[in-house]
Amino acid sequence: NLMMVLKLCTATQKWANREYRRCLSTHRVWDTLYEDRNVAANLSQNVRLLCWIMTGPKNLESRTKHIRATWGKRCNKVLYMSSVETEFPTVGLNVTEGRDQLYWKTIRAFQYIYQHHRNDYDWVLKADDDTFVVIENLRHTLSKQDPEKPVYFGRRFRPFVQQGYMSGGAGYVLSKEAVRRFIKGFDTGKCSHFSTIEDMALGKCMETMGVEPGDSRDVKGRQTFHPYPPHMYLVKEPPRKLPWYLLYDHYKPREGPECCSDHIVSFHYIYPVEMYTLEYFTYHLRPYGYKYRGCVPILHPYPKVCTYTLHILGRVGMQP
Amino acid sequence: MLSEGSSFMKGMALGGIFCLLLSLLGSFTPGMQSSPEDQHHHHHIKAPTNDELQSLSEPQMVELSQKVRVYCVIMVQPKVLVYWATAKDTWGKHCDQAVFYSSESAKALEAVDLNEQDEWAKLHKALKHAYDNSGDLRWFFVARPTTFAIIENLKYLVLAKDPNEPFYIGHTVKSGELEYVEYESGIVLSYEALRRLVNVFKDVEKCPERGRSLWKLSEEKQLAICLKYTGVFAENGEDTQGKGLFNSKSVGSLIEDGMSKNSLDVVEGCCSDLAITFSGMSPNQMQVMMFGVYRLRPYGHNFHDSLIFLPPEGSDND
Repeated sequence: NLMMVLKLCTATQKWANREYRRCLSTHRVWDTLYEDRNVAANLSQNVRLLCWIMTGPKNLESRTKHIRATWGKRCNKVLYMSSVETEFPTVGLNVTEGRDQLYWKTIRAFQYIYQHHRNDYDWVLKADDDTFVVIENLRHTLSKQDPEKPVYFGRRFRPFVQQGYMSGGAGYVLSKEAVRRFIKGFDTGKCSHFSTIEDMALGKCMETMGVEPGDSRDVKGRQTFHPYPPHMYLVKEPPRKLPWYLLYDHYKPREGPECCSDHIVSFHYIYPVEMYTLEYFTYHLRPYGYKYRGCVPILHPYPKVCTYTLHILGRVGMQP
Repeated sequence: MLSEGSSFMKGMALGGIFCLLLSLLGSFTPGMQSSPEDQHHHHHIKAPTNDELQSLSEPQMVELSQKVRVYCVIMVQPKVLVYWATAKDTWGKHCDQAVFYSSESAKALEAVDLNEQDEWAKLHKALKHAYDNSGDLRWFFVARPTTFAIIENLKYLVLAKDPNEPFYIGHTVKSGELEYVEYESGIVLSYEALRRLVNVFKDVEKCPERGRSLWKLSEEKQLAICLKYTGVFAENGEDTQGKGLFNSKSVGSLIEDGMSKNSLDVVEGCCSDLAITFSGMSPNQMQVMMFGVYRLRPYGHNFHDSLIFLPPEGSDND
């Protein structure tokens, strides 16, 4: 009799596991229960990410050093791009400082990277010195993509460029091929410094060189790259007209909890205190034992009758 | 001349003695001489280590997780309705039962009306109400309006503790002879502690219903004194490394403190990975915190915890 109960329990659990696995296969990737430290470590080897941070002498102490202390070291390689070479270490590009020099900095940065590190990466991320990035989540998104394809990812904006462009502040990441084409664009004159607006101008060059803008949203349609800090998206608001900072979005923007993926890649306008706060939230603070939402195994809580049966069988010395 | 002088001196002497008496009484904490038992009680409560929980099977983990159940006593004020709404929609959802206690009634505020303005009287009444309505819940957590709690980590802390033993846990502060739990960072009481407290409420000499007018003690100290009468002492909640789990400031505030002290590792020095409370938070900060605690994470970091807590049903922000 007890064995029958146990058989039923085992069968139900097998069915639940099957349902769970099916759920996982339809929900492409985002589930903790299959996440594995080894997978993350492998990703680091298989998805080589070179990060370059747009910064300048004035910001090294006040901002950039906090990136160096947090997410910078998670890239396979990180380069801090400035107008001056220093022991920070920063790369000195042939530019001057100033808001109107940002596209020149970008062009020179990519040229430097292509010249000196061509074989060291599969993808190149550009970020500002006030961008917070979760490198593991970026690698995970990119692991499904082919770096030999001409594609780039970020927070897609609608205006100014036909195929759209990626927000500079939220960070954007170019495939190996995309970087090649960017360089070629400037070598051949197909791309030029026609504007000082760095992200829009780069977006135009991408379009010209046939580099496709990728969709960086997760399976639930939630954004991963964010050009503003978390409170500007997450706070629940009563139904209202779209605030100004969501008007550029290519994909229909969402306010409230659905704005953002659990596996976010970036937030922007993040100053040191919030940088460390996000680092703490991401890599340290957690609710013990919590099963994050996603595909949840159905057979929770484990029915008492099954526990009891196992206990009884154990007591009489029978192995299930 | 001499008689006037002497009555003046008498008056001075009397006044001096009276003054001395008053100041002595002011610093006098009523109650007990320290008994031998005081020396033996624990001052620190640590979360269980992994080894203690290693050998559990999944069904056992589920069963264990369902054993600790928390009744949240959340104090709110009608003046700031948004705190009630936020606590209800954020961390309150993770309590097995969350009950709001207000100083006065207000439309749209679903709370127990304590009809009190005095802080100690409010706490007194709320705890009594909680005890009377606890059902089969055996752990009680008291929060202020700006406190954010991670109930799963609270459950983990008291996992191996028997609620039929007296426990009074939080961030402890020493004031003279008295050690009390700081109200702002949250107060944890086991069923037995609460039972003893409700019992000593009957003795208004030892434990008055409202603060005495002449020398008014803060409600957190008054609570400690009442509990001390029943043999219950404050214990500091810490993780296995000795880091405090109950914080009276927000994460940002604590990070700022660390930065101004030029700490080598600001995040490591800030707060525990299994912190239970932060306080002094705005409603918007609480909403962001929900995301930070229950959702934001890096792919590939897996934890082999010995408890299982599921996300609450019908919730969209965790």
